[in-house]
Amino acid sequence: MIIRIMAEGQYEVADDELEALNVLDAEVESAVLADDADAFGSAFAQLLDRVRSHGTAVADDTLVDSDLVLPPGDADLHEVAAMLGDSGLIPG
Amino acid sequence: MSIMKRLGLIFRSKANTALDRAEDPRQTLDYSYQRQLELLQKVRRGVADVATSRKRVELQMNQLQQQGDKLQGQAQKALAAGREDLAREALTRRSALLTQTQDLETQHAQLQGEEEKLTLASQRLQAKVESFRTRKETIKATYTAAEAQTKIGEAFSGVSEEMSDVGLAVQRAEDKTASMQARAGAIDELMASGALDDASASPNSDIDRELAALSAGSDVDSELAAMKQQLGSAERQALGEAPAEQPDEQTKEG
Repeated sequence: MIIRIMAEGQYEVADDELEALNVLDAEVESAVLADDADAFGSAFAQLLDRVRSHGTAVADDTLVDSDLVLPPGDADLHEVAAMLGDSGLIPG
Repeated sequence: MSIMKRLGLIFRSKANTALDRAEDPRQTLDYSYQRQLELLQKVRRGVADVATSRKRVELQMNQLQQQGDKLQGQAQKALAAGREDLAREALTRRSALLTQTQDLETQHAQLQGEEEKLTLASQRLQAKVESFRTRKETIKATYTAAEAQTKIGEAFSGVSEEMSDVGLAVQRAEDKTASMQARAGAIDELMASGALDDASASPNSDIDRELAALSAGSDVDSELAAMKQQLGSAERQALGEAPAEQPDEQTKEG
């Protein structure tokens, strides 16, 4: 499957990685819901690192849709909450 | 629903909305390509804007550095002249400058980071736009409107997602840069007001003027000393003694 980290690019990640990624993704989500910046920072960093380390960067000239999309690496908790709550944040 | 899935859906619905607008999907190809080129221009302008901000911060860092060096020199002179109060004043000002400099260094690093990210984003988008252009020509030449639908969908959504992403990246970079530009503007104003200027520009404690007065005083002292020495050597010469370590030129001039 293809995962995009916003402002960074797309990665091709093996499908059997999804389970591990979902666990981290759930941690990020509950941190956002709990407004817990520390928990968010650590879970979000782990999630991105896992995608980067277990995935292969998609070539720049490849035109392919992403199955999953992650917020940019420098996004903070409130930015992520806003992205999820208001689709208007993403232009285009 | 998971964050990754939700964001993925948001991106996909953006792409589909844009694609659904056209009656003949082949029309969307040229329209989208134009928008891609526009966005590419926008990203490049974004890179240039961030670079301009970065250079402005560099300029300010240099100015603060020079002022700091000047204050350091003033402190040394003041201390050598036995004016510890002046030296302390100069060093206090210098330490305020150092705090500003550290703030600027942080901003500089952030701007550099934004610049790098936008440069990479622009390269990615350019590669995708080029890919899209090639596919666009193939699709237009080969397929009927009905056949083209799927092919266009594939090409279009791939590039549309990139456009959404890059568009947001430019927006975020602009927001960040704007807040840093406001701070850089504030520092420019402080510099213009003289608050961050070297101590010689301050009306309250004119370190430079006091130092100048001190050095003028010591010039008089040293001139007097030189004259006394010349007088002494002239007397010694009159008594038939060779001048001890007096340079010849000064003796002639006197």
